[in-house]
Amino acid sequence: MTRARLNVAANESIGPYTLLTVERGSLDAGVPGQFFMLEAPGRVLPRPMSVCLAPPGRLAFLIDPIGPGTRALCALQRGDAIHVLGPLGNGFRLDVDRPLLVGGGIGIAPLPFLSERLGEPPALLGFRSEWHAEAAALVPNAEVVIEPTFVTEPLAELVPDYEVLACGPEPMLEAVRALARDAQLAWEAPMACGYGACYGCAVEIDGELKRLCVEGPVLAAA
Amino acid sequence: MLLLNASGCLDALTAPDVARSLDAFVTKTITPLPREGNPPVRLAETEHGMLNAIGLANPGRDAFLDRVLPRLRELGVPIWVSVGGFSAAEYAETCADLEDVTIELNLSCPNVDEAPESAAEIVAACRAATTLPLYAKLSPAAWDVAETARAVDGAGADGLSLVNTIRGLTLDRRTLTPSLARGAGGYSGPALKPIALAAVYACARATSLPIVGMGGVQSGRDVLDLLAAGASRVALGTILFADPDAPTRVRAELDAECSARGYASVHDIVGIAHERTSTQHGQHSSEVVRTR
Repeated sequence: MTRARLNVAANESIGPYTLLTVERGSLDAGVPGQFFMLEAPGRVLPRPMSVCLAPPGRLAFLIDPIGPGTRALCALQRGDAIHVLGPLGNGFRLDVDRPLLVGGGIGIAPLPFLSERLGEPPALLGFRSEWHAEAAALVPNAEVVIEPTFVTEPLAELVPDYEVLACGPEPMLEAVRALARDAQLAWEAPMACGYGACYGCAVEIDGELKRLCVEGPVLAAA
Repeated sequence: MLLLNASGCLDALTAPDVARSLDAFVTKTITPLPREGNPPVRLAETEHGMLNAIGLANPGRDAFLDRVLPRLRELGVPIWVSVGGFSAAEYAETCADLEDVTIELNLSCPNVDEAPESAAEIVAACRAATTLPLYAKLSPAAWDVAETARAVDGAGADGLSLVNTIRGLTLDRRTLTPSLARGAGGYSGPALKPIALAAVYACARATSLPIVGMGGVQSGRDVLDLLAAGASRVALGTILFADPDAPTRVRAELDAECSARGYASVHDIVGIAHERTSTQHGQHSSEVVRTR
């Protein structure tokens, strides 16, 4: 866990999202599914973001501007600098024979990095609209569905042949869990610190409330 | 010993290097029985601070003593154990089981039901149960925190921790319902600093007990203010969430502040707000006398 002040290298709009790229500095990129705490200028607390892409010397984060912190992050421009802490938490296990990546909405954020590390396996992505689905371009070999179709429809047929690695909204993860008991699921929770200090990101794991930042964010489905 | 963490703002076992950068590590509050804490959502950011309603999640006294405390001692940092309970007897039982630590009595968690006894009654029960140093952590919400400070002083406290979070509420922007599952939560962060300063200032005048000041500390300048108001130690809380390197940074900033102001030691700053205030009060009252 290292904290460094990193320069913003690029800010690119992709549909409603922003792909924010920073110089990596002394930070390790970690493994797909791990996350970093990004200083949100003008806000009290940093924001947790999983690594979307890790090109040489850089880190890129896919951000949905849904509140004051994420909007501040999306407003950053080349030449700005922010403090970044990480890599944090536990990422995806990569020892998977026949991976299938499943993502919903902004939950596709860790999948481009994961796809790269796994040799571009097939992916199944769901979005709210064609506009949101522009982000699918970041994930190779992706089949895209748009609401009212959900990823679980095509997924039901594919599950017997694949090991699922998924990230998305909670209802999607619960639906994936019901279909694929051996899936790896990346969850989300509000976090103040990202390193086990605040106890804010408690979620029920094995029947107990545990810190998602320490135990996850990637957890086994069953 | 100058810089501590505020209770509940650091887990020394997941972040040992951060704990070692402090002069003492204060545990999350320990209660007799294990507690899962409140259901999520437990956190909400505000414009100038944050709300939490963790609800004293902890492994319980026995597991803490058997599994956690031995590992904390390996850090090589002095340990302060934050003790909580739902009656004076519960607090006292935990105190009786502790050795070789400083005890901070959490008398002011805004996220759980309170013990029926007063702060002074709890301190008195704990005083009878232990000879370890006892710090009473008080709420800034009392109308007269100095009165509580005098009462816990009389009951045998060795020091004061000022202040805990203060109860606050935020509403979800879309639904206009409380952001936290529990409803209200404990408000911390930069907005708490003037409230903490007022409590430290008042209690330093009311008692001669050593004070750990905390509430909204972000920088060396904030530490300087709390020392000037009468604290002899300062704890970092919410800032640790945003910046685990804060202890080192804040210490450097404080040293720079001291040098720039010509103080040889941070101890020279403790309580200077009172010297100046009493002089000003003196001048003011003599003017009043002359006017009459």
